[in-house]
Amino acid sequence: MSVTLLYWSLTISHWLLLAAMFCCLIRLVRGPRAQDRVLAFDALYVSAMLFLLSLGIATRSPFYFDAALVIALLGFVSTAALSKFLMRGEVIE
Amino acid sequence: MIESAILIPLVTIPFVVSLIALALPSNARNTEAWIAGITALGLFILTAMQYPAVDDGGAIRHNIEWVPQLGLNMTFRMDGFAWLFTMLITGIGFLVVIYARYYMSPEDPVPRFYAFLLAFMGSMLGVVNSGNLIQLVVFWELTSVFSFLLIGYWYHNAAARDGARMALTITALGGLCLLAGILLIGQVVGSYDLDTVLASGSMIRGHKLYVPILVLVLIGAFTKSAQFPFHVWLPNAMSAPTPVSAYLHSATMVKAGVFLMTRLWPVLAGTPEWFTIVGLAGMATLLLGAFFAIFQQDIKGLLAYSTISHLGLITLLLSLGSPLGLVAAIFHMANHATFKASLFMAAGIIDHEAGTRDMRKLGGLFSLMPVTATLAMVASAAMAGVPLLNGFLSKEMFFAEAIEHHADSILDTAAPYVAVLASAFAVTYSIRFIHGVFFGKIPADMPKHPHEPPFFMRLPAMLLVLICLVVGILPGQTIGGYLNSAAMAVLGPEMPEYSLSIWHGFNVPLLMSVLALVAGILLYGILKTYLATSEEGPPYFRELKGQRIFERVMVSVSWRWARLLESWLGTRRLQPQLRLLAFIALVAAVLAATRRGVPHPTLSLGNMDLLFTGLWAIGIICAIGAAYQAKYHRLYALILMGGAGLVTCISFIWLSAPDLALTQLVVEVVTTVLILLGLRWLPKRIEQNYDGVSLETRLRRGRDMLLAVGCGAGTAFLAYVVMVRQPPQTIADFFVENAYELGGGRNIVNVILVDFRGFDTFGEITVLGIVALTVFSLLRRFRPAPDNIDSPEQQLLQSRHTARSDESEEAETASIADEYLYMPSVIMQWLFPVIIVFAFYLFLRGHDAPGGGFVAGIAMAAAFILQYMAAGTRWVEERLRVLPVRWMGMGLLVAAATGLGAWVFGYPFLTSHAQYIELTLIGKVPAATALIFDFGIFSLVMGATVLMLIAIAHQSIRKLRAAKLPTAQENA
Repeated sequence: MSVTLLYWSLTISHWLLLAAMFCCLIRLVRGPRAQDRVLAFDALYVSAMLFLLSLGIATRSPFYFDAALVIALLGFVSTAALSKFLMRGEVIE
Repeated sequence: MIESAILIPLVTIPFVVSLIALALPSNARNTEAWIAGITALGLFILTAMQYPAVDDGGAIRHNIEWVPQLGLNMTFRMDGFAWLFTMLITGIGFLVVIYARYYMSPEDPVPRFYAFLLAFMGSMLGVVNSGNLIQLVVFWELTSVFSFLLIGYWYHNAAARDGARMALTITALGGLCLLAGILLIGQVVGSYDLDTVLASGSMIRGHKLYVPILVLVLIGAFTKSAQFPFHVWLPNAMSAPTPVSAYLHSATMVKAGVFLMTRLWPVLAGTPEWFTIVGLAGMATLLLGAFFAIFQQDIKGLLAYSTISHLGLITLLLSLGSPLGLVAAIFHMANHATFKASLFMAAGIIDHEAGTRDMRKLGGLFSLMPVTATLAMVASAAMAGVPLLNGFLSKEMFFAEAIEHHADSILDTAAPYVAVLASAFAVTYSIRFIHGVFFGKIPADMPKHPHEPPFFMRLPAMLLVLICLVVGILPGQTIGGYLNSAAMAVLGPEMPEYSLSIWHGFNVPLLMSVLALVAGILLYGILKTYLATSEEGPPYFRELKGQRIFERVMVSVSWRWARLLESWLGTRRLQPQLRLLAFIALVAAVLAATRRGVPHPTLSLGNMDLLFTGLWAIGIICAIGAAYQAKYHRLYALILMGGAGLVTCISFIWLSAPDLALTQLVVEVVTTVLILLGLRWLPKRIEQNYDGVSLETRLRRGRDMLLAVGCGAGTAFLAYVVMVRQPPQTIADFFVENAYELGGGRNIVNVILVDFRGFDTFGEITVLGIVALTVFSLLRRFRPAPDNIDSPEQQLLQSRHTARSDESEEAETASIADEYLYMPSVIMQWLFPVIIVFAFYLFLRGHDAPGGGFVAGIAMAAAFILQYMAAGTRWVEERLRVLPVRWMGMGLLVAAATGLGAWVFGYPFLTSHAQYIELTLIGKVPAATALIFDFGIFSLVMGATVLMLIAIAHQSIRKLRAAKLPTAQENA
C-alpha cells in the first residue's frame, strides 16, 4: 500500500517538478527583464534540487542527495552574483 | 668489448668536464686551465695508446643499442683516419688551452670560455668517432652550436654577435641539408651504420637518388668547410677570441667538412658529378681565398682567407677521385692544422702585445720579439710551401696530382695553372704577413710597446712549429706510418704506392713550386707599396661584401617575407581566425570520416525515458538560446548557459557519475561568477542599426551559421557513434577490480586520480598552478577599455541618490554593501563556516564516496568568493589574510613530498599501495598517503581558483586609483 503510494507520489512529483522547470525555462528564455531571468534561474536551481531529491528517494541511491546538497548550499552563489551584477554593475566591489 | 668501450669516455669526458668548468667561479683562471688542459692531454694520451688497434686498416667499434628497429644506435668507431683527427683535435686542443690561459684577460669570464671549448672538443670528437651517420649529424650540429657560442663569446661586441649568428645560420643550414642527405642514404642503403654505408658505395652511386644525396651532403660539407660560395662566415668569425680561431679554423670546425667528404669519399666520389661540383667549388675557393688573402689588412683576416684557400686545396684534391689525391688531402689536413694553429697563435700574440692586428700600423717587430717572429716566419714558410717544411710536401703532392690527367674536363686541364697561380698568391700573402709585421721600421702610432710574451704563451706555437719542421725534414720517419694507416682506413685495398720524401729529383712539381715561389715574390714586390696604405679587402671585390649580401638575404627572409606572409594570411581579428580554425577542423574531420569510413549507428527511440528527455529538452533549449543571445546579450547568454550546465550535471548523476556531477556543479557556480567578473570589463555593446543589414552581412552570417551547424552536427554525430559502439576491452576493468585491493579506496574515480594515475594528476595540478600564475601576471598589466573605466551606471545612479556632499568616495563604497545587500550579506557571511565544513566533508570522504580534493578545493574557493561578494574586497582583506599563492605552493610541495615519501620506503614515485593497505586493515583508517596527496590537490586548486577570481576582482580597486590619477592631473 505504502509502496504504491510512494511510487505514485514520486512519479507525480517528478512530472510536476519537470513542469516547474519548463515554466522556469519560459521565463528564462522570454524574460522580459533581466531580473525575471535571474529569478527564473534561481527557481530552476531549486526545482532541480527537489527533482534530484525525489529521484534519490525513488532510486534509493544516496548519490542524488550529495548533488542536492551542493545545489542547496552553493547554487545560490551564482544567483547572488547575478543579482549583484544587475544591481551594482560588478560582482565584487 | 672492454677495450672498445674506451671510445665512450673519449667522447663524453669533455662534456662532463665542460659542466664542471661551468660551475667554477669566474676568477678561477688557473683551475679552469688546469682541468681543461689535463682533460685534453689525458684524451690525447688515451688516443695515442689506441694506435696499435687502428694500425693497418684496423678499427675499434663500440655499439650501444638504442632503437635498433629504426637503425638508431650509439656507435663509436675509430679507425686510422678518425685516430689521426682525434690526435689533432685533442693535441691542438691541449695547446690552445695553454695558450688561452695567457691570452684571455682576467676580466673575461673564463668558465664560460673553457666550458664551451671543452664541449666543442667533445662535439668534434663525436663527429670523427661516430659509427652511425645520424649520430654523426647530431654531433655535427653540436659543433655548429658550440662554435656559435665560442665565436660570440664576447657578446658585448656587435661584430662578434653578427659573426656568430652568421656562422650558425650558414653551418646549421648546411647541417639540415646534411641530415636530409644522410636520411636519403639511409633510405637507399637501409642502414645508418657507417660500415654498412661504406660497403655499399656502388649501390648509392648507381641509385637514382645519387645526385640529390650528393648535393645535400656536399652543401653540409661546404658550409662547414667554408667552401665558395658559403665561405662568407669564416672571415666574420674572426671576431672570436684568437684561441677560438686557432682551434676552430685549424684543426676542428672547418676540418669537419673535409673530414666528412673524406669519410664518405669511398661512397660518393669518382663520378663526373662529384668531380664537377667538388672540383669547381674547390678550385674557386682555392683561388679566390688566396687572392683575397693578399689584400687583407687584418692579420686574422689574412689567415682566415688563407684558411679558406687551403680548404679549397683539400677539396680540390678530394674532387679528383684518385687514391693518391686522397692521401695528399689527408696529409694536407694534418699539415694545415699544425701551421695554421701556430700562425693564429702568433697573430694573437702580436695583437696581445702590440694592441692591433692592422698590418698598416705594424712593422719592425722582429727586433722587439725575435722568438715570436721566428716562429711566425717558419710557420708562414710552411704555409707558403717552402722546402724542408711540411707544407711543401703536401703541396708537392698536390702539384703532382694536378698535372695528372683525371677526366676530360676543362677543370682538369685548368688544374695545374690554377694550382701554380694559387700557390704564387700563397707565397705573396705569406711574405706580406712576415714583411709587413716583422720588418720595416716601427710605426710611431703603434698602440702598445710590444715585447716577448710569457714563455708558456709561446710554447704551444713553438711545439707546433717544431712539428712542422720535423715532419717537413723527416716525413717518412715521423708521420709516414700514421698517414698510411689513416689513408688505408679510407681507401682499404685501393691503397696506392707513394713515397714521402723531400727530394723526388728534378720533375714538373718541383718546377711548379719554384715557379710559384718566384712569381709570388715578384707579385709582392709589385704590390708592396699599394698594400702598405690600401683599404681593407681586394680591389673591385671590396664593394661586394659577403656579409652585406648575407644580411640582405636574412632581412628579406626573416623580416620582409615574414611580414608579407603575415599581411596576406594573417589577421589580428579573432573572428576570422576562429572561423578558419573551425573550418579546417570540419574539413579534416569530414575527410577522415569519408576516407576511413565510420559506422552508421541506427537511432532507436523505443526505450526512451520521457522524464530524461524532458530534462534534455530544457538543456537543449537553454544551450541554443545561449548561442543565439551570445553576441548582443551576454548576460542572458550566461544565464541560459547556467541552465544548460545544470541539466548536464543532472544527466551525470542520472547516468551514474556522481563524482563528475558534484565537481561539475561546483565548477558551474564558480564559472558563472568568473564570467560575471569578466563581463564588467568587456566593452559596451555596439549599438547597431538593425534595419539596414546589407546583403554581404547576411551572406556572412549565413556562412557562419552553416559552419557552426556543420561543426555541431558533426561533433554530435561523433559523440553518438562513440557512445553506442561496443567498447573494446579497456583498462577500466582493472581499475574497477583493483581500486579497493591496491588503492585502498571504494571511490574508483578518486583512487584513479590520487593513486593509479597520481603522476598524471601531479602534472595536471602543476599546469593548473602555472595557468593561475599566468592569469595573475597578465591581469597585473590589464588596462580596461576607456568606456568602462568609470564605475558602472547602477553604482553611479545609486550613489547620486544617496550622496551626501561632504562624504568621500571611499566611505560610500564601504557603506554600499551594508545599505543595499544587508540581509544577503549577513547570510553570506554566516555561510562561511558552513561551507568550510562542507568542503572538509567532501574532502575527507573523497577516497570512499563522491568527493575529493578537487571538489573540496573549489567549494572552499566559493566560500571565499562569497565573502568578497558580500562585503567587498577591502572589507574582506582587512579582516582575512588570503594568500592564494602560498596555498598553491604548499599544495604542490605537499603533493611532491607525498610522492617522494614513497621513495623513502623504496617504492616508485607517488605509489606504494602495499604501504597503506595494511593501515586500512588495521585501523579502518582511510588510505593515509593518498589523503595527503589529495590535500595537496585541494590546497592547490583552492589557491589557483581564488587567485584568478581575486585577480579580476582587484581590477575594481585599481580602477578607482586609476580614475583618480587623470583627474588629479587635469586639476594640476
